[in-house]
Amino acid sequence: MDLAYTPKQKAFRAELRSWLARNVPKAPLASYDTREGFEQHREWERRLFESRLSMVMWPEHLGGRGCDLIEWLIFEEEYYAAGAPMRVNQNGQLLLGPTLMEFGSEAQKQRFLPRMAASDDMWAQGWSEPNAGSDMAAITSKATLSGDGSHYILNGQKTWSTRAIFADWVFGLFRSEAGSSRHHGLSYLLAPLDAPGVTIRPIIALNGKQAFAEIFFDDVKVPVDNRIGEEGQGWHVAMATAGFERGLLLRSPARFQATARKLVALYQANRDSADRDPSIRDAVCEAWMGAEAYALSAYHTVGRLAKGAKIGAEASTNKIVWSELDLKMHETAMRILGARGELLAEAPDAGTDAAGWLDGFLFAQAGPIYAGTNEIQRNIIAERMLGLPKS
Amino acid sequence: MDFTFNDDQLTFREAMSRFLMTEAAPEMLREIWETDPGRSPELRGKLAEQGLTALSVPEDCGGLGMDDVAWSLMTQELGYYAIPDSLADTAYVSAGLLAALPAGSAGREEVLGRIAAGNVRIAIGHPVNPLVADAATADLLLLPHGDEVHLVPRALVDVTPNPSIDLSRRLASLAWEPSSATRIAAGEAGRRLWAEALDRGTLSVAGQLLGLAQRMLDLAVDYAAQRKQFGKPIGSFQAVKHHLADVATRIEFAKPVLYRAAHALAHGGADAPVHASHAKLVCGEAAWLAARHGIQVHGAMGYTWEVDLQMFMKRTWALDASWGDRGFHKSRVAESILADGAAIGPGHTFEVQA
Repeated sequence: MDLAYTPKQKAFRAELRSWLARNVPKAPLASYDTREGFEQHREWERRLFESRLSMVMWPEHLGGRGCDLIEWLIFEEEYYAAGAPMRVNQNGQLLLGPTLMEFGSEAQKQRFLPRMAASDDMWAQGWSEPNAGSDMAAITSKATLSGDGSHYILNGQKTWSTRAIFADWVFGLFRSEAGSSRHHGLSYLLAPLDAPGVTIRPIIALNGKQAFAEIFFDDVKVPVDNRIGEEGQGWHVAMATAGFERGLLLRSPARFQATARKLVALYQANRDSADRDPSIRDAVCEAWMGAEAYALSAYHTVGRLAKGAKIGAEASTNKIVWSELDLKMHETAMRILGARGELLAEAPDAGTDAAGWLDGFLFAQAGPIYAGTNEIQRNIIAERMLGLPKS
Repeated sequence: MDFTFNDDQLTFREAMSRFLMTEAAPEMLREIWETDPGRSPELRGKLAEQGLTALSVPEDCGGLGMDDVAWSLMTQELGYYAIPDSLADTAYVSAGLLAALPAGSAGREEVLGRIAAGNVRIAIGHPVNPLVADAATADLLLLPHGDEVHLVPRALVDVTPNPSIDLSRRLASLAWEPSSATRIAAGEAGRRLWAEALDRGTLSVAGQLLGLAQRMLDLAVDYAAQRKQFGKPIGSFQAVKHHLADVATRIEFAKPVLYRAAHALAHGGADAPVHASHAKLVCGEAAWLAARHGIQVHGAMGYTWEVDLQMFMKRTWALDASWGDRGFHKSRVAESILADGAAIGPGHTFEVQA
C-alpha cells in the first residue's frame, strides 16, 4: 500500500488543473436537455478533444491519451473539482465506446471512435423497448437481412433513449433471427438517426425538458457493416457494455465528492435554519462519508484491477451505492433549502446557494431506475456475488 | 499510488483464517463462554504460536514489525471467528502504545518482548471506555491518571466484574492508586499516547465488526440456501435476496474506509482520527445491518440460543459501543469536515498522508 501519487501523476494533475482553470466556462452552460444547451455542450466536448482530454483512457490514435485507471480517477477529480460542464456524450463514449474497442473491426473503430471522442457524432442508446425494460431480453424490434445480404431492414420501437431528439446516431439491440427468443438471435447494430424511416418522438421528463425520446423504425436500411460483433451475438456484446455502465466509469466518485462538498457548503451557509432539524447535520456528514467510501472503493478496485483482478458482480454494488448516495444528498439539500427548495432557478427569491439543487434532485430520482434498476442490481448481487438460487 | 495489500499481508491473513477455522469453531467458543474466566489459555497460546501476538511488536523487541495495515486484515479474522479474547488489546493497541515510548523506557523492551512471545495479557483502561475489558485475567493494565499513562500489575488493582450479554466480553470497573512507580508517561507525551491508543482501539473494533458482519452474512446465505418454504429455498425469494445484497454492499464499501484509516494511522497522518471514526461508523453499521437482516433471514431459529448466529450478533451489539460510541465518532467526523477550510471534495481522498 503506497498512497502517494507518482511525480508523473502529480504532473498530470497539475496540467489538468491549469487547463481547466483556463478553459472551464465562467457562466454555466444551458441544460443539455435543450437544443441550445446540447450544442453548447458539444462545443465544450470539442474543446476537450482538441487537448486530447475528452477520452483520456482511449489510445492516442483514437483520440485519447492512453491513460491508466489511476490517471482517469485523477482526471475525474480535477474535472469535477473545477466545476466543469456535464458530459453530454457519455452514452456513446462509455457504453458503445468500450464495446467497439472490444468487438469492433479495425475499420469500425477508425470510423466511429475518433468522431465519438470529438463529439462530431453524438450517440443515443437503443436498448429499452415499451415491453422490454428490466426484462431487456424481451426485445422485439427486428432486423431483417436483405436478400443480397448487404443490409438489415429495421422495424420496431425503442424508448427511454436519452437526448435522442438531438443526437446523430443510435446503437442498440435488434432481433435478427426470426422466431428467436430471449437472449438468442439478437444483433448489435448502429443506425444514423437521420436515416429514412426513423421517427423520433421526444418524451418530456420530470424537469419539463426533452430529456429522452422514443425512436420508431419503419423499414430503416442499415448496412451490415454497422453490426458490431457476430450476427446473433448481440446480447453477449451488449452485456459487456452493461457491465461498464453499472460499474465505475459512468459515475466516477469525484462527481459525488463534488456534490458532497457543495452540500457541506450549503449546510454551512444555512446552518441556523438547518440545525432546527437535528438530523440534517448527520445527513451532511453521511454524505461526505458516503462519497469518500465510494472514492476509496474505486481506488481499491483500480489497484486490484492493475494486479489482474476482474470486476464481477461488485459493479452492481457500485450502482446501488452511487445512485442512493446521490438521492440522499439531494434530499438533504432540499431539506436544508426548506421553503426555497421548490423555486425554479429563475425565481427571484431562490437564492444563489440553491443553484443546481432542484435540477439535481429531479435527476437523482432517475438514478435508482436507469442503467438497470436497483432491484435488478440486488438480484445480481444476491445470485452472482452471494451464490443464492435464481428466483 | 497503490491502495491494495501486498502478498505478505494477504498470505498472513489467509493462514490466520485457515488456522482459526479449525481452532475456533463455534462449539469451542460456546465451551469457553461457559468457563469462569471466559478465556482459553490454550487458544491464546496457539494464536501466539501463529505469530499473531508478535505482529506489530518492533523487530528489535522480538516481533514481526508489521503495522496497522496488517492489523486491518487480522482484526477482521478475529471478528469473523468471534475470538473470545481481547487479544488485539494486548497485541495491537498495547503493543502500539508501548512501542511509541522512547527506546529504553522502563519496562518497554521487556513487556514488548513478552507480548511478542505471547505470555502476557494487558488490559487497557482508556478514558473513552467506562469499563475495562479483560481486567480480571490481565497480567498488566495500562491505566490513565489525567494525561499520565500507568503500567500497573494486576495485583495492585481491585476489579469488580460487570457481566455483559456477550458472554465473551469480560468487563470490569476498577479501583487503583496511581504512583510514580507505575507511571510510564505524562503530560504531552501521555496525551499523545492515549490519543493514538484511541485510534488503534477504534480500528481494532472496526475491523472486528467488519469480520462479524461477513460471518453473519455467510451464515444467513447458507441458511437461506438450505431452508425451504413453499417448496423452494427461501434464498430464491427476492425479499430475502435483497436483505442480503444490502448487507454485502455495506460490507464492500466499509472495507476500503477501514484500510485508509489503517494507512493513515501507520503513517502518522493528521487525518488519522477522522478516518478511524469514519471506519468505525461504517463497519459498525454494516455489522448491525448484518445482525438485523441475519436474524430476519433465520426466522424464529435466529431468536434461539441454539443457532450460532446469536454469538456473532451479541458480539456486534457489544463491541459497537466500545472505543467510543457512535455519537462520539460522529462528532469527531463532524468537527473535522465542518471545520472552516476543511480539505474535502474531489482530489482530497489521500491528501494529508501523501
